[in-house]
Amino acid sequence: MSLTTFLQQCLTGISLGGAYALIAIGYTLVYGILRLINFAHGDIFMMAGYFMIFAMASFPWYISIPVVLLVTVLLGVSIERVAYRPLRTAPRMSVMISAIGVSYLLQNLATYLFTALPKGYPEIPFLKKIYQIGGLSASFVTFLTPVLTLIIVYGLIILINKTKIGMAMRAVAKDYDTAALMGIKINRIITFTFAIGSLLAAVGSVLYFTDRMTVFPFSGSLPGLKCFVAAVFGGIGSIPGAVIGGFILGLGETALVAMGYSTFSDAFTFVLLIIILLIKPTGLFGEKTTDKV
Amino acid sequence: MSNIAKTPINVLHMQDITMQFGGVVAVNGLTLDVNQGEIVALIGPNGAGKTTAFNCVTGIYEPTFGQVDFMGETILSNTPKGKMKKTYLGEVSPRPIPIISSTPDVITKKGIARTFQNIRLFGQLTVFDNVLIAKHMRAKQNVFSATLRLNRKEEERMRAETTALLEEQNLLHLKDEIATSLPYGLQRRLEIARALATEPKFLLLDEPAAGMNPQETQELTDFIKQIRDSYHLTVFMIEHHMDLVMQISDRIYVLDFGKLIAHGTPEDIQNNERVIEAYLGVSDDAED
Amino acid sequence: MKKNAVSKNKLYTLAALLVIIVLLAFLQANSAQYSYQISILERSAIYAVVAVSMNLLTGFTGLFSLGQAGFMAIGAYTVAILTIPVDSRASVYYVNGISPAIANLHCPYWLALIIAGILAAALAALIGIPVLRLKSDYLAIATLGFSEIIRAVIAAPQLDRITNGSYGLKSIPGFPNLFIAFGLPALCILLMVLLINSSYGRAFKALREDEVAAQAMGLNLFRYKELAFIISSFFTGVGGGLLAIFMRSIDSKTFSINLTYDILLIVVLGGIGSITGSVIGSFLVTAGREWLRFFDNPLVIGGFVVPLFRSGFRMVIFSILLMMVVLFYRRGIMGSNEFSWEGLGRLIRSIPSRIKRKSKAQKHPAGIPLCPESMDDSKKGDNA
Repeated sequence: MSLTTFLQQCLTGISLGGAYALIAIGYTLVYGILRLINFAHGDIFMMAGYFMIFAMASFPWYISIPVVLLVTVLLGVSIERVAYRPLRTAPRMSVMISAIGVSYLLQNLATYLFTALPKGYPEIPFLKKIYQIGGLSASFVTFLTPVLTLIIVYGLIILINKTKIGMAMRAVAKDYDTAALMGIKINRIITFTFAIGSLLAAVGSVLYFTDRMTVFPFSGSLPGLKCFVAAVFGGIGSIPGAVIGGFILGLGETALVAMGYSTFSDAFTFVLLIIILLIKPTGLFGEKTTDKV
Repeated sequence: MSNIAKTPINVLHMQDITMQFGGVVAVNGLTLDVNQGEIVALIGPNGAGKTTAFNCVTGIYEPTFGQVDFMGETILSNTPKGKMKKTYLGEVSPRPIPIISSTPDVITKKGIARTFQNIRLFGQLTVFDNVLIAKHMRAKQNVFSATLRLNRKEEERMRAETTALLEEQNLLHLKDEIATSLPYGLQRRLEIARALATEPKFLLLDEPAAGMNPQETQELTDFIKQIRDSYHLTVFMIEHHMDLVMQISDRIYVLDFGKLIAHGTPEDIQNNERVIEAYLGVSDDAED
Repeated sequence: MKKNAVSKNKLYTLAALLVIIVLLAFLQANSAQYSYQISILERSAIYAVVAVSMNLLTGFTGLFSLGQAGFMAIGAYTVAILTIPVDSRASVYYVNGISPAIANLHCPYWLALIIAGILAAALAALIGIPVLRLKSDYLAIATLGFSEIIRAVIAAPQLDRITNGSYGLKSIPGFPNLFIAFGLPALCILLMVLLINSSYGRAFKALREDEVAAQAMGLNLFRYKELAFIISSFFTGVGGGLLAIFMRSIDSKTFSINLTYDILLIVVLGGIGSITGSVIGSFLVTAGREWLRFFDNPLVIGGFVVPLFRSGFRMVIFSILLMMVVLFYRRGIMGSNEFSWEGLGRLIRSIPSRIKRKSKAQKHPAGIPLCPESMDDSKKGDNA
């Protein structure tokens, strides 16, 4: 493999990893606060893809993108409201089943509304423009994804570490009950968390689907699972962890595809999960938690 | 209180037990002994590290440093490793000792049983099943013989023993009740009965009198002595009710901020300056 | 008194069994006429096996696996490969040819089913080691992922000569008769019921109730979680094998994630922690899928095309149903109760009073506390 091809593959991997990272953050935030694997997150990402198709049918891209972000956030927040909030005091298994139910519903709804056939994702001209750097050529989105991901993550880390609502989020993640006793409005924090998660999923969706070019009702499920694994790999609850997990996953998968093992590129994710659970169950950046007895 | 036999047989020996969570040393170099037939109390203000010490004995936590011997056999021993080497804050400087770890179930099988500070019953199961489960680990059966009902004799024996135990504990009339539907006092009794069903030699009670009124506490005092005698137990307990502790204990260990500050007979402890300062100075009632 | 009640129940059970056997004999004799109904019932019975095995894990051990479709796929392909008659293999594998390793591998269906279960259990054991030892939270995601991978691997071109890739496997011999078609699922469920009511079943329940206390009772967390997961996967694998025998032709698409979700719906609807519920649920959901087929076809009433009715609507209804049960009716049909003749008797006897109560409640919108009466009912049942 020549150096150029190698670099080209790396670029693809990093770009894919950036999109994964954005989705993984949504999982890590929600799991950190509610200890819930939000199975519907991947499907929110898929729905954002469809929203974009419809938005682009009537608006130019600079209006469509904000509209899609907004609608996706609304979707994420209302899912939390309808399907998770009533189960706040229920056993964790019920909430998990509810999350699966939402995922199932979104997939079936998408199949019903948009048919199971893949729909073409609209081309956003400036994102698709091909650039040449040295021997590498790639569309603008490939370069943009990792940069944008890092900028967003930087912003998010500042938000969580420096602002009042960020402090509240950390408090709720650390100890749900005590945070409530300290006067933190738990429901508001949770809504806010879902809003951020969905927003990032929507951004990730624009970047991911521009590269993939089609959306179908199940196009969220496998990336969703993978991104959860990325979050676990990095240490669930840790944002830098989710980002690094996302990038490792993206690179690893691209490498396998480049080597011709594309069938097993999906399996790679789960091998990664097994390995990390065996070696460092808390993930790369996870903290060891001790349950109080 | 006349059980300290001629040459005491050591049941529990904790050597330099240190438990560190992050930068907090919950238990710091704790060394203590419990001998056969004794009732020993571990007391100390809230947050002194008593329950953590219990959790180190029963294998729920792996101590950061130190060693636990049960009936002369080392069941747990650990020394700081990896990152902990640098961040270790314990008072006793660690030395390299062989690392032995046992999971809680192994420790239970060796004959240590415990109750929990905040009762942990199998809530949705009946009183009978709660106790019956404790019999499972010593039954001679496997998953096939149990499924195909080839273990009838064992099953019958387990049930008979459970019935007998419930009878002894005056819980038999409640055997079909769901555990969580029992009043608080009975739940505590059931938890002790369940611990006894594991056929222990050594019983750890974590605040058995919590939430009890003086009369109930008095009953509990007699009860603990009675089970000690009839089941040939050694008892180690955490308790805040000073009346109970002073009446029942052969010896008392006092813990404060993770460190042992005093040790002796109830009389010694009552007159110990440091204890009064650290603990008894706080009024008994304020504890709850 | 007590002995009397027991023998009465035995009598009822025997009578019920007899009725079922007569019914099966009748269906067997008229199988051509009732083939549609029979196929629904057979599928329900097979789903019941998988649903009960999922319940064994979810309802009784407190673990959550979403790998049902994957384990079923393993079971189904194992049975298919082992039971397709050697003579017809050339025609089944006509596109890519058959791998010599399996060309002459053949065994009777019952042995194939056991092997199917063992293979599924072995894979479960492998997944369980890292996941159950550390964080059983991740079991759902790990099994869901493996289930998707198994499907991808089955369809992978590299395995064409074994799984026949996207063409699937055909010519699987069906059940010899209805007694076997229903007897095998019944046997599987019976074994699981016996397990749940055994000492091991109690240990599983203890784990579900409180892990720390279960350990303090001498139960090794990992060992028992792994055991429950392996047994559950074994029966899921057998269920997949039964499905292959029932369907007679399978391909990787059969074992998509939707299959797992169907089973989940059955378990949730029937009541998590109730075997009876899972069995009732599987018959209801499977039959319901058929009845609700009209949702997928355009509906025209008096020349007016009712909107919404088109392909895919049925699945939307199904997923909404799942959500409704989870949100508003969390106990499902049976909660965590099991069938008993006393329970049935109580139910039948309470129907008149229930109807009365309902009309009363309507008259007094403030509502009358319903609990004391129903509690009395349950007491009576316990004494009987």
